[in-house]
Amino acid sequence: MSAAPEIAVLPRLLSGVSHRGTAQLERHLDEHGPLPAPAELSAKTLLAAVEAAGLRGRGGAGFPAALKMRAVRSARGQAIVVANGCESEPMSAKDALLLRELPHLVLDGAALAARVVGAEQVIVAYEGQNADTQVSLAHAIRQRRAAGTDTVAFELFAAAEKFLTGQETSLLSQLGGGPPVPSFIPPRPTERGVRRRPTLVQNVETLAHLALIARHGSGWYRALGSDDEPGSTLVTLAGAVGSPGVYEIELGTRLEALLEAAGGPTGQIAGLLVGGYFGSWLPAALAGELELSNGWLRAHDAALGCGVVVALPASACPVAETVRVAVYLATETARQCGPCVHGSAALARTLHGMALGRPEAGAFAALRRWTTSLPGRGACHLPDGLSHFVATALATFPRQFEDHARGGPCERCGAAPLLEIPA
Amino acid sequence: MRIRVNPIKCDAHGLCAELFPEWIGLDEWGYPIIKDAAIPPELEAHARRAADACPTLALLLLKD
Repeated sequence: MSAAPEIAVLPRLLSGVSHRGTAQLERHLDEHGPLPAPAELSAKTLLAAVEAAGLRGRGGAGFPAALKMRAVRSARGQAIVVANGCESEPMSAKDALLLRELPHLVLDGAALAARVVGAEQVIVAYEGQNADTQVSLAHAIRQRRAAGTDTVAFELFAAAEKFLTGQETSLLSQLGGGPPVPSFIPPRPTERGVRRRPTLVQNVETLAHLALIARHGSGWYRALGSDDEPGSTLVTLAGAVGSPGVYEIELGTRLEALLEAAGGPTGQIAGLLVGGYFGSWLPAALAGELELSNGWLRAHDAALGCGVVVALPASACPVAETVRVAVYLATETARQCGPCVHGSAALARTLHGMALGRPEAGAFAALRRWTTSLPGRGACHLPDGLSHFVATALATFPRQFEDHARGGPCERCGAAPLLEIPA
Repeated sequence: MRIRVNPIKCDAHGLCAELFPEWIGLDEWGYPIIKDAAIPPELEAHARRAADACPTLALLLLKD
């Protein structure tokens, strides 16, 4: 990647966090200025700015925001906007941070998205177990109502505590009073979602970017990052670093620079997990050249996804960590699609046996077969994510898996788990 | 034409693989693995037969 110009500064989204209190409307307005009124910034102009900015969804799939907005705009019926704050990825903390610390930035973005698609109503969905998020959001909405900030109506929705809770169709099912399980597409939510109306579901970080693009324009947004991947993004850094947490980085930042900003590595690194539990394991040897851009990562069969980056310390066992997550994901299946119900259980069971030194006959071949045959065969991407997580673990730590299959648990298997599993 | 399965509806009856083996195989649990490619015109009748025979109506024929 070419060197980015030094004109744009970080943080953008997180600029309000450093001096605290931007949960208050007044401080938020001091920090970012008022939301441009519809007379100054029409739906069409705003949509054109989102398109020119090249903003992509930050929920994991990276779909172009303008395309989704266009689809909702062109669908028949009164549109509705859902701000999706259910990251439900155990290692990710960015969306909860935004909702808790910067609710007005997210609500600004949601109101702007409503302007683009002609919606009068916004539902802000958060993970129901996060009581502080609810308090912060409810407070922010009350302040806006008192100040007469918005023409749209905000509604809060507490989503279930499940891995699939934030999956788009699963969230829509819950909003319709159903269980947190995905549905088959078609119909697309952009055509028929909440109350059978065209529904724009956008991740809360995407909306926060929108709030700033509306104020500063697409040129400002593109002053960071590359032509292909402009802007900044939030990452949640965990593992063997001095100060783990949520960081805002320029897209294309080198991992080494991020680790340095986070206090540097605290020891030797055994491997890297990029993209969370639907992401990819990468060998530690790549740490020196790793660039946090989808272009670089794609060439290594990886993606930024939800922005989780874990530096696995050499004191942890990659086999034990992988098995725990695989078992967790297998238990989080919605139990709707046969290949996922049977395949994820088979993957988890086989890995578990292998980690204990009691591999089933042909275990490695079976794992290879399942990880290549399961993707694409569920209503959601759980089988795809789990398969990729397992396949990249096997490819990154082949010796460790073989040692466990032969000799059983290693001395590191008993170390405190690093990758979090919800209780 | 392409053929797709709604995996939520599919109950692994397996008739599709019997009627359209050129395009549909079964995994070890009896669920279809479908070739993701355009079906040649001479096989389209088989695809239709498989879709019609599915007891849960889980197969979708998609125009290219």
